Amino acid sequence: MSSKNNSGISRRSVLKGSAAIAGAAAGSQLITGFPAVIASEPVTLRYLGTAVNQSADIAKKVEEDLGIKIEYIPVTTDDVTKRIITQPNSFDIVDSEYFSLPNLIPSGNLIGMDANKIKYADKLATVMTKGEINGKKIGLQGTAPAKVFYLEKQRGKTFASEQTEWITLIPTTYNADTLGIRPDLIGRPIETWAELLNPEFKGKASILNIPSIGIMDAAMVVESMGKYTYPDKGNMTKEEIDMTIALLIEAKKAGQFRAFWSDFNESVNLMASGEVVIQSMWSPAVTAVRSKGIACTYQPLKEGYRAWASGFGLPKTLKGKKLDAAYEFINWFLSGWAGAYLNRQGYYSAVLETAKENMEPYEWAFWMEGKPAEKDIHAPDGSLLEKAGAVRDGGSYEDRMGSVACWNSVMDENEYMIKKWNEFIAA
Amino acid sequence: MIAQSRWTPYWQAAPMTLVFAVFFIVPLIATFVVSFWEYNQYSIQPAMTGENYTEIFDGCIAGLPELCTIFKTYLSTLKFAAIVWALTLVIGFTIAYFLVFHIRTLTMQIILALVCTIPFLTSNVIRMISWIPLLGRNGLVNQALLGLGITDQPLDWLLYSNFSVVLAFVHLNTVFMIIPLLNSMFRIDKSLIEAAYDTGASGWQTLVNVVIPLSKTGIAIGSIFVITIVMGDYITIGVMGGQQIASVGKIIQVQTNFLQFPLAAANAVLLLVTVLSMILLLTRIVDIRKEL
Repeated sequence: MSSKNNSGISRRSVLKGSAAIAGAAAGSQLITGFPAVIASEPVTLRYLGTAVNQSADIAKKVEEDLGIKIEYIPVTTDDVTKRIITQPNSFDIVDSEYFSLPNLIPSGNLIGMDANKIKYADKLATVMTKGEINGKKIGLQGTAPAKVFYLEKQRGKTFASEQTEWITLIPTTYNADTLGIRPDLIGRPIETWAELLNPEFKGKASILNIPSIGIMDAAMVVESMGKYTYPDKGNMTKEEIDMTIALLIEAKKAGQFRAFWSDFNESVNLMASGEVVIQSMWSPAVTAVRSKGIACTYQPLKEGYRAWASGFGLPKTLKGKKLDAAYEFINWFLSGWAGAYLNRQGYYSAVLETAKENMEPYEWAFWMEGKPAEKDIHAPDGSLLEKAGAVRDGGSYEDRMGSVACWNSVMDENEYMIKKWNEFIAA
Repeated sequence: MIAQSRWTPYWQAAPMTLVFAVFFIVPLIATFVVSFWEYNQYSIQPAMTGENYTEIFDGCIAGLPELCTIFKTYLSTLKFAAIVWALTLVIGFTIAYFLVFHIRTLTMQIILALVCTIPFLTSNVIRMISWIPLLGRNGLVNQALLGLGITDQPLDWLLYSNFSVVLAFVHLNTVFMIIPLLNSMFRIDKSLIEAAYDTGASGWQTLVNVVIPLSKTGIAIGSIFVITIVMGDYITIGVMGGQQIASVGKIIQVQTNFLQFPLAAANAVLLLVTVLSMILLLTRIVDIRKEL
């Protein structure tokens, strides 16, 4: 009986509600002339990217603030590229790495974003847009974002050398990568990339098994050993690839490596279990090891960092209210809340000013200025990251991003490089 | 009942044929066709080129006597297939033999056969990963060995080595050997065994001359399972080998990740041909159809 009543009421209220919404929508259209796009029906954006950037908190906040629903499609870095090329209709907005762009743009599946519709377009970090910090040039070897930031026209297939109004990707996160070490098990200072192949760490080193990134780490090692200086580490010739892989094979045969990793979590496990004491690592992995109470340092090295960046792109098929919603979402993303959220995880955000407004001064001082933490530093989920007094590895934004030596890249000889990398794995 | 159309069996087989055609034959043909296409970093174009195949064997003759990547990889994968096949066969045969000929009641046999399948209630990735904390440098086994004073240094070869790969393969795949062997052993008429004993055959002679020949179908089917799984695997080799050991599957995976689909397709065709010829050889030795 009661259930019958309930269903009756709910059906009636639903009818009433929808009538009211329809009325309101119609009314607003009549009076103001604005299409009541978002009020009438929430827009859902299918957000393709890696799981690392897809936080449930951000999706929740967007829905609260804009009424836009975010539906995450989490895949690996390589699969993001694959998906853009092979299934460009399967997402509405994509968070892709800049280094994939030389593969993506010629396919024509992504379109340039209209800078006039991006509210903070002129406030985007200069590291991204110009490759400089406070007027000081940083290392631009590899596929540096500054080289692939603009298109010549909206549906263009070539990158512009000058600033244009068509942006390829709007930065979401970027960072400077280096080696992670277990200071407790090494017990002496580590200052150079060459230590990765130091026989002292025989059987206790690891490198990542993603060819396009692993080869760059190897190149940093080659240069720091004084064996060779590449004209451009991010775009090697066949001979340079041969030489770099030969060095890796030699080290592998000598038993230098304990294992290779290709998934973020694998690097955490290798480090936390003590199987490995020095390896290529990503910043959130270092944080994950530390949060287990195990000492792990994201060691700044004198040759500098290997940097990466990812950003939002739009598929060519996007139009109508979904396109409007995508711009609205991107503008929201740049407006500070999300930036602060990402900065608190150790990434860097696209518009620093707005992020700063959304962070506590002591947080900003710790994460961005490299100052000792005045209070305990917490992650966005509330877990304790650092006790008061701690200093961020590598110091300030300027120190870290300013010491970038090269960027993740796709080489002209990419195919050859992958073949040689397979040879290294088989050796 | 009497006058069946001669087309009836074809109609009955039609649904399965359709599923088989759409989900197996068509993709296979597509793979084969694409393996002759050209590609660049962001697209693949229809073509008729053998380049992908020559690319696979690039440097194989020039580099002699040093083996080229593809031969090295196949050799390593074949080595694992052989070792794992031999181990799962011996272990699987022993378990099946015990269940069929030494357990007396049918209920107990069924219960114990089910016990063998219990590990399959969890994902095979989890079964594989659970070895890691056991075998690691600071793992349970090493701590026990150190604690008992058997070794004075942790054994590194326990994990991320050929040993750990074989261990995980045997652990994951023995059941695929047990089940078909159980099936064919159950069909062996017990009076044949009695007759063998009565005519004075020893236990060993009975095994070699009666049980093994009559289990041939089970051995063949189990072998097909184990060999095809090991030949195509890249996850077990990746996780347990610390990604330091090459496998054909891993090469294909890396190539698809970098959008080199035609090259990956050519490798897949090569792998398929290799595995099919192994199976063909097996079925030459044992006529599975006749003995089922």
